[in-house]
Amino acid sequence: MKKLAYDLVIIGGGPAGLAAALEAKKNGVQKILICERAPYLGGILNQCIHNGFGLQYFKEELTGPEYASRFIEDVENSDIDVKLETMVMEILEDKKVIAVNRKDGMVQIDTKALILAMGCRERTRGAITIPGSRPSGIMTAGTAQSYVNLEGYIPGKEVVILGSGDIGLIMARRLTLEGVNVKGVIELMPYSTGLIRNKVQCLDDFDIPLLLSHSIIEVHGKERLQGVTIAEVDKNLKPIEGTEHYVSCDTLLLSVGLIPENELSNNLGCEMDKVTRGPVVNEKRITNIPWVFACGNVLHVHDLVDNVTQEAEIAGKAAADFINNKMNKEEKDVIITHDNNIGYIVPQHIDALNNTEQMIKFFLRVKNPDENVRLIVKDNFDKTLLNFKKSIVEPGTMVTFNLPREFVTKDTSSIDITISKEQA
Amino acid sequence: MESKKFICIGCPKGCSLEVQHHEKKIHEISGYNCKIGLKYAETEFTEPKRTITTTVKLKSGLLPFVPVKTRDPVNKEKMFEVMNVIRKLEIESPVKVGDIVVSNIAGTGVDLVCTRNIKRVS
Repeated sequence: MKKLAYDLVIIGGGPAGLAAALEAKKNGVQKILICERAPYLGGILNQCIHNGFGLQYFKEELTGPEYASRFIEDVENSDIDVKLETMVMEILEDKKVIAVNRKDGMVQIDTKALILAMGCRERTRGAITIPGSRPSGIMTAGTAQSYVNLEGYIPGKEVVILGSGDIGLIMARRLTLEGVNVKGVIELMPYSTGLIRNKVQCLDDFDIPLLLSHSIIEVHGKERLQGVTIAEVDKNLKPIEGTEHYVSCDTLLLSVGLIPENELSNNLGCEMDKVTRGPVVNEKRITNIPWVFACGNVLHVHDLVDNVTQEAEIAGKAAADFINNKMNKEEKDVIITHDNNIGYIVPQHIDALNNTEQMIKFFLRVKNPDENVRLIVKDNFDKTLLNFKKSIVEPGTMVTFNLPREFVTKDTSSIDITISKEQA
Repeated sequence: MESKKFICIGCPKGCSLEVQHHEKKIHEISGYNCKIGLKYAETEFTEPKRTITTTVKLKSGLLPFVPVKTRDPVNKEKMFEVMNVIRKLEIESPVKVGDIVVSNIAGTGVDLVCTRNIKRVS
């Protein structure tokens, strides 16, 4: 087996992997390798040809491929090595990565540190168990996106979309522009799970109905999909009898959530967060394995690539500090806890003695939508560290905030974050 | 005085905007949190515009299609007219981000440009 040696190996050449690699390079890491499974860099951004990317990071509006190309060009103009069409098979405990491609066959790559940036994948029909037959014409919204935007195939003539996730909404518009009849978007929850701007510009612009609190209870068709039976659901998300009706369609797109792609991390023994389905990390994005870092959608699913880039830069910088022995070793763990309406928070714990950054950046997601709330951060002495107002919180929009480093002292053992209704 | 409500699509925050108007004349715009919102409410009330993003067939490229966009937003009612022009196009590789595919597409005054670098395969 061919053997290679690098200072840093990054698995995944999407927005997270690219930004992490560039940031590690900037911070003095010599030999960096990006392993990418696809034949090109940029990851899923390549098929996200719509605009709206980069408003936070570049302060201008870009399409997915444009956003990716800025990082791809920087990587190509650096001495960062890239192996395309290369699949990482296994990560070994003694800092070795086993990968395979057509040119090298199996390769063993020795490394000093590793960044997980494998992204996520879509939940499929199997994951949500829709009853009925199994005809052709049922696919995830992302698969349809790849067919339409990369390969130039239109998946059908009459489309129903299940789930109001952003990819589903974006595909409703994309297919309508291509002359497809998009009959409607069906959402189980009483609220849209995608960004509000996507509901407005993708559905309202084209008069595509959004049916909230509805689900598909049966799929019809043997060879090709012929239609679906939809029904309203009650508070417990159970279909309400008598509300069923049939909608004819030849294509059903599923936009029902994303799951971090963590097979490699799991096999390596990374501690996982049950809610994010990604590794548990501290503010430097280190997993429980000291030489393994994680960022982007493999860590938790982001709604904005701008946030992925920022997070990847944190991981890239930290990996560089680790490789260059600049990272403080005396860890004092501070646990982050939260109240019920917060679904998750990343990072899950922080190091009280880490003083390399002035701000600790938190990403969190709420469980239920709410208005006029206060986000309050307290330490174990019940001292309020931060207290600010949010006019709207919703599950589809990640909340981010910065906690100044100086607020965490050597005596801090836990930090609690709550989101509650503002006192009238 | 009448009022019309919009949700800003300028950024992911999705601010709720309100335009107070008398027939076609705007009196007041409220609810915006930044300049993008103010501008959006104004154009959305007078002349709604959208950026079109789609793909164009590519000859001898590493990939069969190249993603494109209208460099600036075009009138909303012109969207399908623009799509009809784009559908018939086929261009030569290689292409680079920003290359003009068609200038002044469908008489909108806006250029259609490539949004991805794609190499030529011989």
